[in-house]
Amino acid sequence: MLNKLTLKQAIDKLDNKKITLEDIWADVLSAIKNQNDKLNVYLAINKNFKSQPNKPLKGLPIAVKDNFCTKGTITTASSLLLKDFVPQFESTVTQKLKDAGGEIVGKTNMDAWAHGSSTETSQYGKTLNPRNTQHLPGGSSGGSAAAVAADMCIASLGSETAGSIRQPAAWCGVVGLKPTYGRTSRYGIVAMASSTDSPGPITKTVEDAAILLNHIAGHDPLNATSSSEKTPNFTESLDKPIENLKIGIIYHNLEGLENVWKLFAPQLKIFTKLGASVKYAQAMDPKHAISVYTVVQRSEVSSNLARFDDVRYQHGRDTFGNEAKKRIMLGTHTLSKVFNTHPYSLAQKVRTLLIKDYEKLFKKYDVLISLTSPGFAKKVGATEGSAMFGELEDMLMEVSSLSGMPGISIPCYRDEKTNLYLGMNIMAPMWREDLVIQVADAFEKNTDWNSWRKND
Amino acid sequence: MLLKKILIGTRGEKMTNSNKNYQLICGLEVHAELKTKSKMFCGCKNDPFHAPKPNIYTCPVCLGMPGALPVPNKKAIEWTIKLGLALNCKINLFSKFDRKHYFYPDLPKGYQISQYDIPFCYDGYLDTSEGRIGIARIHLEEDTGKLLHKTINGKKVSLIDFNRGGVPLVEVVTEPDIKTATQAAEYGKKLRNIIRYLDIGNCDMQKGGMRLEANLSLSETGDLPDYKVEVKNINSFKFMEQAIAYEIDRQTKILNQGKTPAQETRGWDANKQRSFSQRAKETAEDYRYFPDPDIPPLQFTKEQVEKWREKLPELPAQILDRWYQNFKIEPKFGEILISNHCLTTLLNAIFSKAKRKKINPNSIAKALVNKKLTLQLGDKPKNIIANYQQLHKIDNIDSDVLKQTINKVLTTNPDAVTKFKTGKTQVIGFLLGQIAQKLPQKLDMKQVRLELLKALEN
Repeated sequence: MLNKLTLKQAIDKLDNKKITLEDIWADVLSAIKNQNDKLNVYLAINKNFKSQPNKPLKGLPIAVKDNFCTKGTITTASSLLLKDFVPQFESTVTQKLKDAGGEIVGKTNMDAWAHGSSTETSQYGKTLNPRNTQHLPGGSSGGSAAAVAADMCIASLGSETAGSIRQPAAWCGVVGLKPTYGRTSRYGIVAMASSTDSPGPITKTVEDAAILLNHIAGHDPLNATSSSEKTPNFTESLDKPIENLKIGIIYHNLEGLENVWKLFAPQLKIFTKLGASVKYAQAMDPKHAISVYTVVQRSEVSSNLARFDDVRYQHGRDTFGNEAKKRIMLGTHTLSKVFNTHPYSLAQKVRTLLIKDYEKLFKKYDVLISLTSPGFAKKVGATEGSAMFGELEDMLMEVSSLSGMPGISIPCYRDEKTNLYLGMNIMAPMWREDLVIQVADAFEKNTDWNSWRKND
Repeated sequence: MLLKKILIGTRGEKMTNSNKNYQLICGLEVHAELKTKSKMFCGCKNDPFHAPKPNIYTCPVCLGMPGALPVPNKKAIEWTIKLGLALNCKINLFSKFDRKHYFYPDLPKGYQISQYDIPFCYDGYLDTSEGRIGIARIHLEEDTGKLLHKTINGKKVSLIDFNRGGVPLVEVVTEPDIKTATQAAEYGKKLRNIIRYLDIGNCDMQKGGMRLEANLSLSETGDLPDYKVEVKNINSFKFMEQAIAYEIDRQTKILNQGKTPAQETRGWDANKQRSFSQRAKETAEDYRYFPDPDIPPLQFTKEQVEKWREKLPELPAQILDRWYQNFKIEPKFGEILISNHCLTTLLNAIFSKAKRKKINPNSIAKALVNKKLTLQLGDKPKNIIANYQQLHKIDNIDSDVLKQTINKVLTTNPDAVTKFKTGKTQVIGFLLGQIAQKLPQKLDMKQVRLELLKALEN
């Protein structure tokens, strides 16, 4: 059962020589063997590993979303078009992971091209939610979140454009940390919406997320939008008191959220107990964020997918699934006509207003907290006929994605009947992952919602 | 014959070979590759013309692989701004790169990284002997790959070489200020020369290191007409002059029939000496421009730009001016001599040395232009001056021989002598020529003239 270890536990136990890396791998591989056929988490599995006792991640098995280019290993982004694409180069983040002693145990399923929030649009079959296989894992990093939830890895990497780390983390009852845009390099990650794409960790605990982020963050000369901002040691934000922190609660009075809000609101009491000030704050209606995000993302998608022009990669544009086709068509439209008047330019202007709205809130509050997703994991098949599925599921995170802010989703409620979780989304100003980790860690350690902490 | 007539018709004066007069309205778009060490957005070697094999100077970035990201080349940006400063442009301190979308096999990302509404440089000018030409803008973009259509084992195939893909490419766009074909050629040559003096590009036109496109139409009133013909694929200044001349004739004929020439892109066939329609361009193409989200906007400071301005080398116009001021080199000679930028330093040394030795530098310039003297990179100034002196060495001539020859010429040309005596002094030239013909030596014509006058007065 060593596959159930958190990253921190595994590292400590290896350091104390209480267990061997071989044992951990054996348990992880057997968990994969037992569950992968049913859950469809991994598209590719790697059984080879090297013990790296002197490196921080020791050679531990880490799952990686299949949109990270991995040298010599097929990288499909769950699309048929890239079915036979073997990258000749390594993404910066997976390179950093390897440099720190992480071993990729497999490439995880996702919504094709990261287009979606269900992992149902994968061209290699849907992934099921390990907490309840009648339900979806969310997405687009659904495979990475499910791999963590099912203990089919020790930790994983995902990527978020708007919600793609946090929403599947919420639905699978795990921790998902979306770093500040530019904190982690986009180099070598099949691009979705370039202006918001952010790779980040999906883990069992907040502590694990802090450890993993330490290793994958940092300036990348190959990515012009990566920041030269210094990378702090994020584990220093763990076990830190949160008294006197000012917390703003947003999106509490949205129509349709009443039922889940009733379950969510009581969970906030712990912050007051821990000495923080908790107040309800008013953010701009998320409907604006949905429009802006949809236009920005579709436009960038249509451009980023233009490189698949039937000349290379063996498979052509006719292999695009319906979701990709719809996004390309809408994005082509929103970039049409004269620059400065096309919908993309207008959306960018509104984007600035949304950023300013949050900036105003952050003058009053250290962190903002909302639900991660408007509800529990939806049932398998829920995306059919729902063209805006992802946008609606991710609406509470879209502003923070559009403005580049960091956010974390942590489990904050479990429904006993369905075994499904609600996620709490904690957001902070740019470059303040430390605050996000501090508050999330305090919540996690003072409540019982994290299934691994419960096992402690 | 036809061509000659057209060329005459393009030298500024209005054409009168029909019932109506038309003025050429023409603007040029010139693309030039920059000779930075690496490509525009990646670290690959920028040397497409000397690559031993196709596709060896490539990487995930310039091949547009999924996940690969562009990082702009600082040097190329600095050089583009320097070109702008050399062309008297204003500089946008805030600028950015945009994506320009179109499908073509030589464009691996499905879009070209270019600049749309905020180019690095705008609103400059370049003076020609036929007037000032406004520079609308200069922007920086990436070059495309090269398509090769071949037959291999009896099968027709198209091949792509990406060695050129991603090479930095500047585009210099003029205002529609060009009034003649010769002015277009002069502008092109001057622009090429400036790029070479800045030492930022080789502008090898044969290989495609510099490419010309002319946008032209004819106007009765001088205002912009409602159609525009674009002529592409021009790879020499001579062809450009011919293409513009051909188009003037072609469009004049159409206009004289009361029709409007089609809005289209035409190519130039240098063998057949005519332009041909490539594609209709009735509506503006939709390139779906938007700021490239992979590249943050660029912000320069005034100080930075001023520093670049200070570092500009001496440019052709300034050299001409200095040569005139210091050495009295006539611009008509200077213009020709500065066309080879490699020789400027050597010429400076020769002119200075000549001036010190009290030899007229302009005479040396003239001799060089007339090819009486040759000059090569690596020549020593003192040798060139020695060659010049050799050229103009005056043989000592026995004054008796000279006198005898003069007398001989005078006796065989009594008419000329009579003319001189009746005041028609211009016959002197004729007589001097006759004398020179009879003597093999290089003569000091001042001395001969003096002797001749003496003889005539006797």
